[in-house]
Amino acid sequence: MNEGEKDPGLYDFAPYRGRTPFSWPGDKKVAVWISPNLEFYEIDPPANPHRKSWAKPHPDVVGQSHRDHANRVSHWRMAEVMSKHGFPGSVSLSIALCQHHPNVVADANERGWEFFSHGIYNTRYSYGMDEAQERAIIEDSIRTVREATGQTIRGWLAPALTHTPRTLDLIAEYGLDYTCDLYHDDQPQRVKTKSGDLISMPYSLEVNDHYGFFVYNMSPREYADTLIRQYERLAAEPSGTVMCIPLHSYLIGQPHRIGPFEDVLRHIAADDRAWITRSGDIADAWRAIHTKEA
Amino acid sequence: MSLDPSYLEYPNRRLGYDHDMFPYSVMEERKPLAWPDGKTVATWMVVSLEWFPITPSDKPFKAPGHMQTAYPDYRHYTSREYGTRVGFYRLLDAFAKADVKVSVATNAAIAQRYPQVIRDILDAGHEIIAHSTDMNGTIASSLPVEEERKLITESIAILSDIAGVKPRGWHSIARSQSFATMDLLKDAGIEYCCDWVNDELPYVFNNGLVNIPLNHELSDRQIITVQQQSADSYAQQMLDAYDWLHTEAQAHGGRMLPMHLTPYIIGLPYRMDAFEQLLADLKARDGNWFARGCDILDSFRSQM
Repeated sequence: MNEGEKDPGLYDFAPYRGRTPFSWPGDKKVAVWISPNLEFYEIDPPANPHRKSWAKPHPDVVGQSHRDHANRVSHWRMAEVMSKHGFPGSVSLSIALCQHHPNVVADANERGWEFFSHGIYNTRYSYGMDEAQERAIIEDSIRTVREATGQTIRGWLAPALTHTPRTLDLIAEYGLDYTCDLYHDDQPQRVKTKSGDLISMPYSLEVNDHYGFFVYNMSPREYADTLIRQYERLAAEPSGTVMCIPLHSYLIGQPHRIGPFEDVLRHIAADDRAWITRSGDIADAWRAIHTKEA
Repeated sequence: MSLDPSYLEYPNRRLGYDHDMFPYSVMEERKPLAWPDGKTVATWMVVSLEWFPITPSDKPFKAPGHMQTAYPDYRHYTSREYGTRVGFYRLLDAFAKADVKVSVATNAAIAQRYPQVIRDILDAGHEIIAHSTDMNGTIASSLPVEEERKLITESIAILSDIAGVKPRGWHSIARSQSFATMDLLKDAGIEYCCDWVNDELPYVFNNGLVNIPLNHELSDRQIITVQQQSADSYAQQMLDAYDWLHTEAQAHGGRMLPMHLTPYIIGLPYRMDAFEQLLADLKARDGNWFARGCDILDSFRSQM
C-alpha cells in the first residue's frame, strides 16, 4: 500500500455498471462459499499495546468460554448441517488450533474443506509488528497448516482483522493468492502488491453471523431471511457474482440458530444458479476467465 | 515499530487447553446421558433474584442492570425492586400453573431483606442457589482473593441461615470469575456453578466442582434487553432451540435447554402472556423434563 497517503492505492477503480458478465463453472451465476472461522482464543494472552484482547480482567469467562463452545459442541453441529446440504467450508483458521485441538482441524480436512490463515491466535494481533515478526507468523502459518493437513494455504484473513501497511505485500511475496480483508466489491478484483499475484476474495462483514447477531441484533430467523435476500439479489444480477457466508460455530451453531440457518442452506442448494464451492476454487475460476480476456 | 519478542512466543501452544482448570472434551464423543423417564431435553430455568443498592459500586466492575443516572437513581432502583415485588410473583404463579420447578439464583441481601420471598420459593418446591451478596458483589481477578473468599462464604452463610438449607449451586454476577473462584466455591462446599458457557451439558472441573452451563445467549437479558427483540420472538427462539435439541437427543442422548430469566425483564405485564404461552408450549412438547439444577446435577452424577 501507499503508506501514509490518503489513498492506500490497493486497487484501481472499476464501476460495477458495464462489466462483462461471465459464468462460473457449470454455467452458474453466483459463486457461494461458506467461511467457518475455526479459532482458538487464549484465556490469558499477553497484551498488545494497540488493542486489548478481552474486555474484562482475565479470565473473561463469558467472552472466552462462549468461543470455546465452538471446539466442544458447535463445530460439529454447524459442520454436519453444511455437509448434509453439500456445502464445503473454506476455513479462516487460528493456526494454533492445529496444536490445541487437532481433532477439529482433522474433521474439517476430512470434509474436504480448504484452509487459509487467520493468524496464530485470535488473541494475538498484527498491530505493531515489525517485518521480521510479520514474516514469522506467515511462515508459521504456511508450515503449520502443511504439517497438519497437507494443504498449502493460499489465502489470508488478518487475525481479528488487524493489519500492518506491509501485510498484503508480504503475503503476496510468499505466494498467497487471495486476501479476504478487502470489502470493496462483490467480485474478485486484482490487488496491487510489490510482487506476486494477489486478488481480493469477496468475504463479508455485513452478512457475517457476528454482525448479524451483535451489530444488527437480528433474531435467528431475521438473519436467515437476510442471507436468502442477499443470495436472491446476487443471483438475479448479471452473472459472475460471489456470496460469502462467514460463520462462527459458537454463534450459528447455538441451538436457537442452527434450524433457521439450515433452511438457508436448503434454499440455496435447491436453486440451480448457485456454484457451491470453496474460495480457492473461486480464485482459480476467476483467473482462468480473466487471464484469457487479458 | 516492533512488538516485544515475547508477543511471538507461545509457551502454552500444546495439545489441549492453555490452562489446567478442566480437560478438553467434545460433547458428541462422550457417553450419551439418559435423563429420568426417557426424557430428551432437560429444560432448566434459572431466575436471577437481585437486589441493587442505590449506591452502586464499580469495583471490580458495575453489575449489568445497575444504577445509571446521577445519585439518587430512583428509576433503576425502583424498576429492579419491581422485579422482586411484582414480576417474580407473576413468575411464581406461572410456574405453579405449568407445574414447573426452577432454580432461583438469589442474592443474600434478598434473604436478609425479604425472608418471605425465600419461604415462597421453598414452599413451591424450587431450588435456591447462591448469587453473591448483593449486586455490588461482583467478582473479577482485580478483586483481592481474601475479599472474594469473604464474599462467597458470607453469601452462602446468610442464605443457608435464612433458608434453612445450604445452597448446592452458585451463579456469579454476570458469570464473572477470577482464576481463584472455582477453588473458593469448592472450599465453601458448593457442588456446582453455572458460569462457564462453553458446553451444553454438565462437566467436571479438575477440582471436582461441576459446571452446568447456563447459556447466556438463551436469556431474556440477551435477547430482549441487549438485542431488543420482542417477547414473541424470544419465545419462538426458545421453541426453535427446544425442537433442535429434541431431535439431536434422539440420536445423541439427553440435551439441556437452559433458560436464564430476570423478573424485571420477562415479568412485565406486556411480556407475561407470551412467557406463559411458552411454558405451555414447552410443557406440551415430547420429551420435555422441567428440571432444577440440583435434579440435573444428581442425574449427571449418577451416570458418571
